[in-house]
Amino acid sequence: MSQRTRQILTSGVLLAWALFLWWAERNLDAYYVRVLNTAAIYVVAAVSYTLINGIAGQFSLGPNGFMALGGYVVALLILPLAQKEMGWILEPLAWPFNTFSLPPHLFPLAVLAGGIVAVAGGFVVGFPSLRLRGDYLAIATFGFGEIIFVLANNLIGLTNGAMGIKGIPNYATLWWTWGWAIFTIWVVRNLAQSSFGRAMKAIREDEVAAAAMGINVFRLKLLALVVSAFFGGVAGGLLAALISTVSPTIFTFTMTFNLLVIIVLGGLGSTTGAAVTAVLFTVLQELLRIVETPIRIGPLQLPGVSGMRMVIFSVLLVALMLFYRRGLFGRSEFSWEWVLGKFRQRGMASASDQSGNLEA
Amino acid sequence: MTLETLVQQLMNGISLGSLYALIAIGYTMVYGILRLINFAHGDVFMVGAYTAFYLVSFFLLPWWAVVPLTLLAAALLGMFIDRVAYRPLRQEPRISALITAVGVSFFLETLGIVVLGARPKGFTEYIPGLFARVYDLAGIKIPGVAVWVPLLSLACLGLLLYIIYNTKVGMAMRAVATDIETVRLMGVNVDRIISYTFALGSALAAAGGIMWAFKFWQIQPLMGIYPGWKAFTAAVVGGIGNITGAMLGGFIIGLAEIMAVAFFPDFSGYRDAFVFAILIAFLLVKPTGILGESLKEKV
Repeated sequence: MSQRTRQILTSGVLLAWALFLWWAERNLDAYYVRVLNTAAIYVVAAVSYTLINGIAGQFSLGPNGFMALGGYVVALLILPLAQKEMGWILEPLAWPFNTFSLPPHLFPLAVLAGGIVAVAGGFVVGFPSLRLRGDYLAIATFGFGEIIFVLANNLIGLTNGAMGIKGIPNYATLWWTWGWAIFTIWVVRNLAQSSFGRAMKAIREDEVAAAAMGINVFRLKLLALVVSAFFGGVAGGLLAALISTVSPTIFTFTMTFNLLVIIVLGGLGSTTGAAVTAVLFTVLQELLRIVETPIRIGPLQLPGVSGMRMVIFSVLLVALMLFYRRGLFGRSEFSWEWVLGKFRQRGMASASDQSGNLEA
Repeated sequence: MTLETLVQQLMNGISLGSLYALIAIGYTMVYGILRLINFAHGDVFMVGAYTAFYLVSFFLLPWWAVVPLTLLAAALLGMFIDRVAYRPLRQEPRISALITAVGVSFFLETLGIVVLGARPKGFTEYIPGLFARVYDLAGIKIPGVAVWVPLLSLACLGLLLYIIYNTKVGMAMRAVATDIETVRLMGVNVDRIISYTFALGSALAAAGGIMWAFKFWQIQPLMGIYPGWKAFTAAVVGGIGNITGAMLGGFIIGLAEIMAVAFFPDFSGYRDAFVFAILIAFLLVKPTGILGESLKEKV
């Protein structure tokens, strides 16, 4: 298949999706728009998370920390001045954030700033731990997420402590969230298929061999982590604008855990797999609300158990790792060749059916 | 700071540190053999505390029966986790077992919230008199926990060192940590030795869990997360894979945490951040830890 056909097919799908979003914005009620927005944010977070965990094979538990950084930065940048004066009760908001508030058209700039601060966070945690072999990254990133939690609770002049920041203007429209989602897929996928990405995969398979081939292992691992942190920060910023509030409890380890379920289910190492599963997961999460609300089936009264969804997801993760490590996409990416191949196979099958009938 | 508060804080730090040491042993033994961070270890600590709580409050058993039963239950849980979640993945890339470990950890935590309730359970009325009383040491008041927790922990650690260095199983554990394949060729049942390692580590964590409840008077399903993470940091500080190092690291982390709060009370909210800073500093300056030799990658 030529490059051109592929481009035409991809632009066709993007156009159709844009039309759908345009229609959804006007016709769907707020709940469904919210689900669509959340799905896009999960896509950004999961696709970037799979870069460090799936492509480079380094076990990071940092996304919740990076998302928290992005979320707080965006909140501080775009919160209206009136809110900034009212919201901080215990301590006034620190300079310089109490002097300005970015207007709506500078929202992308705020999100970018969130991503950049998250990159700094990624560097702080990645530089010491990625130089070493082994799994220090996991323990350092886990600690990092908890430390962000501690800081968010204690730096009251910036974060308003446990009360969090409320009244963030909702600039995260479907266009921004899905725009970022598609941009993330594009960047991470191209990165994974570039020479950098191939080197990262080599590190994943065998670090010693990769180093022997002349790959600068430390630099590439750090690159994967930092790019992943950037989009994590972006996802956090979008989330803050979407739900119009940030507080320490939003960005707990549960967030990272959800993302881990997504990338394992999608197939560790597949960016498009992570994207598809992120959407599936968002829907699943909404559907599973049932188990947390009481339901009545005839004479049977089932009590809703709050927290049950997380039990289900943790069982799901362990079961996936034990019995279905490949995930939905394995390590392969979505490609038009594959789709057309499926169609062709089906076409051939029906064609041979007919010829078989003729012979009979 | 008066002499009295200094001594009290020191005792406090030592008792907290001995608890970290008890948990850190389990991390470091498993890491030494499998190169696996057993994220569920902190939750075994939590399960231990809850087992003791229900045995003493619901079944009304005396403490001399509760402690061995709790340690046994935790040991079985540790072996079960290894058998079900980690053993099938031994031949897979290491990240698979790590992800599974996070899954098991999260499962125990969320199941704890659903089954046991998120609200903390009070332990105050069940604490044995020995731990609840206050000792008077030359005019300095010292709570019983600060005396007995370190002593009992040291007894546990001594017993562990005896097992590791003076018994056949212990010898097998050290051998497995050095070279799994060779030991397998020598006819040792490696899987069984690994299983025993999990049992020992989990029992120590449960002992830590019980004493944690004595010290802090209440338990809740997420109580294992911070102590678990700090104990792993302690294992890194002491030199991961090294058992004496894990003990040393535990005492260092416990003392450093308490002393940081004692000397800078304004920053008491940041005590966990302080431990994180120690971890980052060690990774930068001395990643092998105090007693560890550099772990060779097994090619």
